[in-house]
Amino acid sequence: MSQTKKFMYINRKAPYGTIYAWEALEVVLIGAAFEQDVSVTFMDDGVYQLVKGQDTSGIGMKNFSPTYAALGDFEITKIYVEQESLEERGLTLDDLQHLVWEDEDEDYAEKDSIRLVSRAELGSVLAEQDVLFNF
Amino acid sequence: MSMLHLVNKSPYENSNLKTATSIMNDGDTLLLIEDAVVSAVKAGKASAMLDGCKVSVLGPDLAARGISEDKLVDGIDVVDYTGFVDLVESNDKVQSWL
Repeated sequence: MSQTKKFMYINRKAPYGTIYAWEALEVVLIGAAFEQDVSVTFMDDGVYQLVKGQDTSGIGMKNFSPTYAALGDFEITKIYVEQESLEERGLTLDDLQHLVWEDEDEDYAEKDSIRLVSRAELGSVLAEQDVLFNF
Repeated sequence: MSMLHLVNKSPYENSNLKTATSIMNDGDTLLLIEDAVVSAVKAGKASAMLDGCKVSVLGPDLAARGISEDKLVDGIDVVDYTGFVDLVESNDKVQSWL
């Protein structure tokens, strides 16, 4: 029998300047297909991945940011965003995409996926995980 | 002698921007490209490093990261790829802080 583990993917890099953000997203979706308890964290420059209004037409790269909105469909409902990282960069939650998931136990009610956490709170969440993946 | 200083990494990830802005001479220009464009956001802590520097930022890299021009430090020059070439051409040397 396989056992469900708590997988967390930690994103700490801005998109487009390196390939990490895109690769992380692909790995997250693969992990979800294995029916693990997946959560995703965006901290440090990783918070830039979720900024809304990205338009990559001028740099000749694929804009993969719409894919984050699909995470809810893959039952990835826990997306942690670190408050200190946003503040340092002059960002607020309003600058980020509004990510939701549908709760089938509550007549598919839409619920927020993003959980804004302090660094201290995030430390506690990390401690609960079985496996950590870093990008 | 004027120099164009290129920075392409986030100021929150390494010290390249700090090095570039602290070594720049009068008449030099700083051009922010790729992940370094986030340095130009006024509300961000790193924007203080740009004080007193002549700064340009690459518009297509701003757009890719969802940063609108009204969020930028006042007086910053947003350029396109042609403007990038103009800056290279109008300065005597180019220093890339990789």
